[in-house]
Amino acid sequence: MIRKILPHPYLTLTLTIVWLLLANAYTLNSLVFAILVGLVIPWLTAPYWPARPRIGNPVKILEYILVVIWDIIVANITVAKIVLFMPNSKLHPAWVSVPLDLVEPEAITVLAGTITMTPGTLTAELAADGHSLLVHCLHAPDADAVRDEIKTRYEARLKEIFE
Amino acid sequence: MDMFWDIVISALLVIGGVFGLVGSFGLVKLPDPMTRLHAPTKAATLGVGSILIASMVWFAAKQGHLTLHELMVTVFIFLTAPITAHFISKANIFRDWPADKLPRPAGEGDWAVHTADADTSQGELAVERETEAEEKAD
Repeated sequence: MIRKILPHPYLTLTLTIVWLLLANAYTLNSLVFAILVGLVIPWLTAPYWPARPRIGNPVKILEYILVVIWDIIVANITVAKIVLFMPNSKLHPAWVSVPLDLVEPEAITVLAGTITMTPGTLTAELAADGHSLLVHCLHAPDADAVRDEIKTRYEARLKEIFE
Repeated sequence: MDMFWDIVISALLVIGGVFGLVGSFGLVKLPDPMTRLHAPTKAATLGVGSILIASMVWFAAKQGHLTLHELMVTVFIFLTAPITAHFISKANIFRDWPADKLPRPAGEGDWAVHTADADTSQGELAVERETEAEEKAD
């Protein structure tokens, strides 16, 4: 019964908060409308999205966000140096194939997005069976190190969140 | 105190502007389409990020009311930018990178672009989850 009304409880919560933030008016009026949006959209889209992801450890999400923000700042400075001061002849772009231990589609999506948003690496392609990511690196003399960093720094943390 | 906030806001705006500029310069300077794709992600993260934080600080410190619109802009950029980059590189791989120039994925198959009728959502997990959902509904 509760599954019929709330097929995706996290989505309902997220949509309610997003609507409140978009409206930028914290009144009873917009709260009612936010909850309405949060209830109707998951209900309408439920047929296209039958299963929900299992979230194992919500506290780890905060840790993951902080790690990613820190990495974005550090990598931005590194890449800015490469763009400004390194001649193109010394640039070593490389393709890296990252085999995935993650199986949840949501977890793989988050990992792919994280790789793209941290400057210097970019998720270019997914294997046809969904078990590897193709990552392009702007400057990677040592491609294996990049793969190991992605696996230990992001994938291990996502495994803890989604399992 | 007013002076202090002025300095913070200006510093954030300058940092944002500098990273935006470096990102655009990267588009001109880098040698090929795949490396050029790296430049906008930089402008989109730290560049836009610091300008949005500057906007939040300005509203909080100078106007005296809290706005969280800027957080939404960040969230939407973080949702849309990787997808755009992913599809641009997909098109690019399809045009310029045959399978033998790329590293192989783990396992049997090939990259989705080089596979006819690839459906990455048809893993074992999707099937397993659907039956799980059905069982719970009964």
